[in-house]
Amino acid sequence: MRIALIDYGAGNLASVRKGFAAAGVDLLVPSTPAELADCAGLVVPGVGHFAATSALDASWRQAIIRRVDAGVPLLGICLGMQWLLNGSAEAPDIPGLGLIAGRCERMVVERPLKVPHVGWNALRIQSGGSLLEGVEDGTQVYFTHSFAALVSPDCTAAANHGQPFAAVVQRGHVAGVQFHPEKSGEAGVRMLRNFVTMARG
Amino acid sequence: MLSKRLIACLDVRNGCVVKGVNFEGLRNAGDPAELARRYNVEGIDELVILDVTATIEARRALADTILAVSRELFIPLTVGGGIRTEADAAAAIDAGADKVSLNSAPLSDPALITRLASHYGSQAVVVAIDAKQQGDQRWTVFARSGRLPTTRDAVEWAREAEDRGAGEILLTSIDRDGTRTGFDCALTANVAGSVSIPVIASGGAGTFEHFHDVFTTGLADAALAASVFHFSEHPVDELKNYLAARWIPVRR
Repeated sequence: MRIALIDYGAGNLASVRKGFAAAGVDLLVPSTPAELADCAGLVVPGVGHFAATSALDASWRQAIIRRVDAGVPLLGICLGMQWLLNGSAEAPDIPGLGLIAGRCERMVVERPLKVPHVGWNALRIQSGGSLLEGVEDGTQVYFTHSFAALVSPDCTAAANHGQPFAAVVQRGHVAGVQFHPEKSGEAGVRMLRNFVTMARG
Repeated sequence: MLSKRLIACLDVRNGCVVKGVNFEGLRNAGDPAELARRYNVEGIDELVILDVTATIEARRALADTILAVSRELFIPLTVGGGIRTEADAAAAIDAGADKVSLNSAPLSDPALITRLASHYGSQAVVVAIDAKQQGDQRWTVFARSGRLPTTRDAVEWAREAEDRGAGEILLTSIDRDGTRTGFDCALTANVAGSVSIPVIASGGAGTFEHFHDVFTTGLADAALAASVFHFSEHPVDELKNYLAARWIPVRR
């Protein structure tokens, strides 16, 4: 089975590939949008500034949307999740994909809490869903980010840092995680395996 | 609620974990990949691998270690020691590091922080500060594994590192390193209170109480230790139980 890892130059793909290898799949990295045509799953990773997502130009956006419309599961990780929403205050002129309602804002906290939000924090399962199959409420996962989306109807698990925010979003076969499942121990690998199961249909 | 992180540091020389006192007198503590596995089972939150050698052969051995560790352990991995250029950082990240730790190099080339942060993101750039107390509430930054004093003040350097794009500060007390007499909570609180990025306290861990102190009076976001984990009978999970019983949030 082919699952594509979309490389748009935002950080290091090695950890995500290793995480999926532990989940039983070797990801392929397409060099053109056309190569998405026969993929059973799409993964959009990413770290850093929201502006980096502008590297995903109209041709990539169209190819990704076309696969999603055909029922292919999509997983966004960290910046990749933020890109699934309408946009981010970090780069207001750059639109997200708009597959999931919501927008990222800079996290607002008071001392002693800090931004960026770095470290292990607990998932508060809301509605759950296929990506969170077998993941218990209170499971801790590894975050590193400064922007986040508010809890919305598509938020299947929240976390709290100053205020609750969306840690996992899912609408049908489109899912996103604000944390790094590839750095979140066994529970993270479990979520990657859940995504592989979604891709297997 | 965000957990306080416990980080194990593996000082690696010629492929073996070693640990010194006050940065000197290294003794052997075993195979790095083996220790990394043990810590992972015990519930460590992150690993730092510091290369305390500089030869090319040793570097290659280190890359193998990083690769082995990152393939099977799914927790954040920081690599440091001798990272002076973008090429050094790229080699560590390509081998499987999630973050690189910079120590001496940015002291003479502070723009290196910004260059790496814009390429890999701030979350991948840790600035390590080795500080020694030089008066009341004043700590001076040392370069070259604590051997070379600089003119920089630790708090000011931490602020500058943050401004230049560092994602975290790894703050080591040279006075306490390897002594097991407790973290320098005054140093840690001064730095942690002056920056908005996380501060990892290092140097001096000896007892469970020391960790409690650095997370409370020291205001640390994370605590790093080497010998207390390498040679101690107290595994990480016991330390976490101790902290949790005292209302310190930890990952379990």
